[in-house]
Amino acid sequence: MAKKSSLPGFNLSLGYTIFYLSLIVLIPLSAVFFKTFTLSWDEFVQAVASPRVVASYKLTFGASLIAASINVVFGVLTAWVLTRYEFFGKKIVDAFVDFPFALPTAVAGISLSAIYAKNGWIGSLLDQIGIAVAYTPLGVVVALTFIGLPFVVRTVQPVLEDLGAEVEEAGASLGANRWQVFYKIILPAIWPAVITGFALAFARAVGEYGSVIFIAGNMPMVSEITPLIIITKLEQYDYAGATAVAAVMLVISFILLFAINGFQWWSNRRLGHVK
Amino acid sequence: MAALLQLKVSIQSIMHIQTIIHQLKLTAVALAGAFVFSNSASAETSLLNVSYDVSREYYKDLNPAFIQYWKEKTGETITINQSHGGSSKQARSVVDGLSADVITMNRSPDIDVLYERAKLIPKDWQKRLPHASSPTASTSVFLVRKGNPKNIKDWDDLVKPKVAVVIPNPKTSGNGKYTYLAAWGYVLKNGGDEAKAKEFVTKLFKNVPVLDTGGRGATTTFAQRDIGDVLLTFENEVFLIQKELGADKFEVIYPSISVLAENPVALVDKVVDKRKTRTQAQAYLEFHFSEVGQDIAAKHYLRPQVDSAVTKHAATFKPLKLFKVEEVFGSWSKAEKTHFADGGVFDQIYAK
Repeated sequence: MAKKSSLPGFNLSLGYTIFYLSLIVLIPLSAVFFKTFTLSWDEFVQAVASPRVVASYKLTFGASLIAASINVVFGVLTAWVLTRYEFFGKKIVDAFVDFPFALPTAVAGISLSAIYAKNGWIGSLLDQIGIAVAYTPLGVVVALTFIGLPFVVRTVQPVLEDLGAEVEEAGASLGANRWQVFYKIILPAIWPAVITGFALAFARAVGEYGSVIFIAGNMPMVSEITPLIIITKLEQYDYAGATAVAAVMLVISFILLFAINGFQWWSNRRLGHVK
Repeated sequence: MAALLQLKVSIQSIMHIQTIIHQLKLTAVALAGAFVFSNSASAETSLLNVSYDVSREYYKDLNPAFIQYWKEKTGETITINQSHGGSSKQARSVVDGLSADVITMNRSPDIDVLYERAKLIPKDWQKRLPHASSPTASTSVFLVRKGNPKNIKDWDDLVKPKVAVVIPNPKTSGNGKYTYLAAWGYVLKNGGDEAKAKEFVTKLFKNVPVLDTGGRGATTTFAQRDIGDVLLTFENEVFLIQKELGADKFEVIYPSISVLAENPVALVDKVVDKRKTRTQAQAYLEFHFSEVGQDIAAKHYLRPQVDSAVTKHAATFKPLKLFKVEEVFGSWSKAEKTHFADGGVFDQIYAK
């Protein structure tokens, strides 16, 4: 038995939490697995391990990891600029960060493909140096980077604000150079937030459909994402096949998120964070 | 520690916003449902027509005409609610319980599924109205850029090297399926065998740089993103592109032979019996075949199917050699199984 908390209302709040989580998350997710179980083992393997589906896993998870990594670098930079400097129009820039949250993803996809297509503003410039973005796997990364940006910024920003510039000044006055200040003082403090932001951006990217299909080109074996495979199976009224692929995605995502959490725990200890 | 706490709060607030958005969506759906329901409960009769994505403009004209016709004939005021979306998604909604009085699709398998999955209609629904319950049809034609720089005249020109062809994905789009079957039928109708047809279709899809999930997406890719030398899509979509984006930018090319893409309609028996709207739904469907209904179809570049209307609009629609899917492939379900099911011929094109 766990030690009784001094806060009242434990049973009620825990009961509600479990009820709520079951209703919103667990029951719908378990339906995915139940539907999958209507397949025989051979049918299941056929549905989830055909070359086309495997190629889509590689693209979806690979592009999501790359996109989340890009967001870590530029998201931290953005959060840094927004917390450490005062400049004209800062509030507006701050609001821009949330755009990918608010914009319907299909609109994002259409805008991105319009800009990055060979006849678009950026696409025409890139075309001159031989880089095609729209309708290639690179386009998938661009779309996933777009939708994932706010997650890193919004998780790192409050931590940086909380950290205050004084600790950096203290470090500097004790003789640390800029790199040491970043590495020894700032990074350990924001590290958990960075990893959380990474995990959120990654998870969001894995499930993204709306923005990607407009810019991906959707070529089988090349630029077809797993959510599109699921939609394709649904279009053929193959409910069980669709849920089977969804179940595999869930399991892979769960393992990866679990690994990210494990890494966070490990690096917290290593960087000397006392919980 | 405080930092961590704040972090958690900020994450929770993000999650919270998403949950709220989801709840809003749910509320909106519930409200829409309630709206339809209250409509049916009141004195005014309403019909819900669940249709495919690009029939919006057609029904915007057809529905007011029917409402007026029905008012004059019976004195009853009727409202018609429309729902549009990707065809098999729409069919799935009806199977899963959306109370559609009538369903209007661009492929018969998307209506067959109402019988197969939920027994909402009888198996022989296509026999209940003339022309296999299809008041209108379209066909797959080619749209090329002004001046036809790649000199595309017929199917054979599409498989030449360095010709980029835009076709919507046959796995997700009825439009794409018709085009694929048209290409296959072209080979068979010219004395080729199955192996030849497979080779031809494989070559054709090797020339496709982008597979959009639907017909409208393919239009955007071709017309606005400047991708491809030729777009293969429905005739009515081609006319619409010319009307919207300028007749001076593109040219229509009619191939020597193509597929007849019928747009079938059906009333959903289980729903109309429950809502007591069978008379109105039946009249609405029959109105599709009336002279007014056929004229409206022709206005939207859908080929009329009633003989008198075909003659009347012969100037608009170039006479073409068209074959039915059933004629070449036996049945739609056979075509689906052989070509578009997972591991089928279409998948083999992309297998490495």
